[in-house]
Amino acid sequence: MAEFALPANSKIGKGTSWPVKSGGKNVRKFNIYRWNPDDGKTPQVDTYEVDLDECGPMVLDALIKIKNEVDQTLTFRRSCREGICGSCAMNIDGTNTLACTKFIDDVKDEVNIYPLPHMKVVKDLVPDLSNAYAQLASVEPWLKSKTPPPPDKERLQSPEDRRKLDGLYECILCFSCATSCPSYWWNSERYLGPAVLLQAYRWLVDSRDEATGERLDNLEDPFRLYRCHTIMNCSKTCPKGLNPAKAIAEIKKMMIARQG
Amino acid sequence: MTPVACKTTGDKQMSLKTPLGQVRGLGSARSGTHHWWMQRVTAVALVPLTLWFIYSMVGHAGAGHGEMARWLASPFNAIMMVLLIGATFHHLQLGLQVVVEDYIHSEAAKVAVMLVVKLASVALAVAAVFAVLKVAFTA
Repeated sequence: MAEFALPANSKIGKGTSWPVKSGGKNVRKFNIYRWNPDDGKTPQVDTYEVDLDECGPMVLDALIKIKNEVDQTLTFRRSCREGICGSCAMNIDGTNTLACTKFIDDVKDEVNIYPLPHMKVVKDLVPDLSNAYAQLASVEPWLKSKTPPPPDKERLQSPEDRRKLDGLYECILCFSCATSCPSYWWNSERYLGPAVLLQAYRWLVDSRDEATGERLDNLEDPFRLYRCHTIMNCSKTCPKGLNPAKAIAEIKKMMIARQG
Repeated sequence: MTPVACKTTGDKQMSLKTPLGQVRGLGSARSGTHHWWMQRVTAVALVPLTLWFIYSMVGHAGAGHGEMARWLASPFNAIMMVLLIGATFHHLQLGLQVVVEDYIHSEAAKVAVMLVVKLASVALAVAAVFAVLKVAFTA
């Protein structure tokens, strides 16, 4: 049945407070979800004070400052710090986004930071993305073609056909959209979710790909595709401004188109 | 969107099956398009049918049993009522099926509730159509 009560390790307690050492003028509180698989405790929310005059403008700057100067045990993923790697996706101020492109000043008052919702947690802000990555692999996100490439040049694509990939190729697979989707929360074992469906559509509309029919066969499923109920959280939350809901709608239209 | 408390790795016993093996599972059902399409078709059909029904009912506010029975005896009204009933219960069944699939995760409970939903939808639709026809043919 549906889960109405939270499992024991999802009940969040109050954690440690880490006040700012030297009394700064521009101090902001960061409430950060903490969970350690090794200490046997339930999750808690720690509060860190950060002097914003001594800190970069982005939420990721604050996280790095906390880890460097206050609490080295704070765990999170980050790499490029410019919104292209997708590592630092997390729930900030109630919305899934990238810590590196989210301005601290865009959050009023205290900054609440949680891992991506409804994912298994590895530690603190690090979600387990094994299932999401396997779902991506299941749509075989690469060019599939029976026709061999021309021996002397690349496969050609008209500028018009290339433009169909705009708004799709920019996806960095941060999974902010999938983990904002209630349908994905309830059925992530079987529903592919907006990120993976957008990737699937990226290959469905690629004029060079010859496996469109097989790709549609693979997606035509009450759970894999049709759990999308156009809730639109995906398009609302995408930190890259993409529209996964539209990509899913286009897949549904292709399903109808091939019925005849 | 409010943050939902996070699942931790301690919740469920880990399976040794690979993540890709779990995702590929039993494969695609190769269906779902008809269900999705029929939900839209019945929704579109319900727009004029519902407007007609509301218009007719408002027009008969305060009418007695005899007047309503004569109204329903008109072939046009009886046919529209039967169509409305068919579209409503078909749409209802399709919608409830989605709710059941979304929220009920135990396979046994899912099958049981789905059976009740489907059978009850058919039974209620047949009963409603019978009622309309009985009035239409005896008034």
